[in-house]
Amino acid sequence: MIRVQLPANLRTLAGVGKEVQVQVEGAVSQRALLDALEAEYPMLRGTIRDQTTKRRRALLRFFACEEDLSDESPDAPLPEDVVTGREPYLIVGAIAGG
Amino acid sequence: MSKVRVLVGTHKGGFVMTSDERRKDWKVEGPHFAGWDVYHMNGSPADPDRLYAAQSRGWFGQVMQRSDDGGKTWQPAGNDFKYEGDVSTHKWYDNTDHPYEFMRVWHLEPSLTDPDTVYAGVEDAALFKSTDGAKTWEELPGIRTQKSAPSWAPGAGGLCLHTIILDPADKDRIFTAISSAGAFRSDDAGKTWKPINKGLHSQYIPDPDAEVGHCVHHMAMHPSRPNVLFMQKHWDVMRSDDAGESWHEISGDLPSDFGFVIDVHSHDPDTIYVVPIKSDSDHFVPDGKLRVYRSTTGGNEWEALTKGLPQEDCYVNVLRDAMAVDSLESCGVYFGTSGGAVYVSADAGDSWNAIVTNLPQVLSVQVQTLE
Repeated sequence: MIRVQLPANLRTLAGVGKEVQVQVEGAVSQRALLDALEAEYPMLRGTIRDQTTKRRRALLRFFACEEDLSDESPDAPLPEDVVTGREPYLIVGAIAGG
Repeated sequence: MSKVRVLVGTHKGGFVMTSDERRKDWKVEGPHFAGWDVYHMNGSPADPDRLYAAQSRGWFGQVMQRSDDGGKTWQPAGNDFKYEGDVSTHKWYDNTDHPYEFMRVWHLEPSLTDPDTVYAGVEDAALFKSTDGAKTWEELPGIRTQKSAPSWAPGAGGLCLHTIILDPADKDRIFTAISSAGAFRSDDAGKTWKPINKGLHSQYIPDPDAEVGHCVHHMAMHPSRPNVLFMQKHWDVMRSDDAGESWHEISGDLPSDFGFVIDVHSHDPDTIYVVPIKSDSDHFVPDGKLRVYRSTTGGNEWEALTKGLPQEDCYVNVLRDAMAVDSLESCGVYFGTSGGAVYVSADAGDSWNAIVTNLPQVLSVQVQTLE
């Protein structure tokens, strides 16, 4: 199972805690993971990726294993530590400072 | 005993407020969808326990919510708003052609007869319809593909379709208004549309009497007299007696004819309410005084309603969807401010009380009268 951490607003929307576990069949890419996440939690459709283009929403970023994966190919394999569940996949909302 | 349920959308969540017909003691529930912009919540006239809410946030886009129990519980609904066919363009701020992009839902208008049918007015300006209780949405593309649409340009608030009025006497007639484009009418259930802006005069656009390009802020109609429309324009309060074919100004003796809200008394179609705002540059009430103005003559002669409203050091705005009326015997009038207060008058505006005073910025107020 792959561990996914959601930003607070999306946890509330999906009715889940800080982290959810998602089963991904086949090769584990960001696209496959987000497809599986949206299938498990359909209320998240459109909130992480555009419904039509499937592109990442501009004010969200994706991290794992201390790497920013936001601009990686959505079909590139995810790190082994994410696939095995040792490390979570982080969906992070941009933070406005001041 | 009758009850009222007030649906308040704010910059940081939605609230449901209930009271009996005295409208003195209120139960306030919320925030629902905390942290999100709730541009609008509205209930079905055919089933008052069926509510719809539009929540959005820059980070996460648009989410739709539906309640089947009068707002006690909510379930996420469908949020896939796709423009029909080829994506057309409108003018951008620099006058270049800009492809239509869905941004958010501004207004929800449930069908008068079917709880599962609801219309959504969205930014970039378009009209969507759901016939399955907000599970799925289809665009009624006739308005976005109306011949003037490529010339529309957004105002400061965005190119939003913010007003939808369903004619109770003619199921095929729909009125809409789009910020910076104007008012439009369909006589065939939304398939085709015509601009209805004759008589509007906007000196801030190149042709002040143009067919489109007027910044309509809101419109209202009394259900017993659907050919009479009232409009708060960017500047000017207007009236049409022929379903929008022509308009004439009724600003009369208002202290300012800039504003956003306009509404009609539930039992007297010639009694109308506005909240004058000092100017388009200041966006707050004149003289530090929060005053609702009422005309009982269908316009032109206005009286200030101040009893119970702050009359010093008040600098709030009242946004376009933030006024509503109930249909109790003594008409209730409600409005919410940018300062987070929601006021009620149980006597048609003669006196006011605050239901709440410290909510986030109020974006919309809707009221249901429950038997």
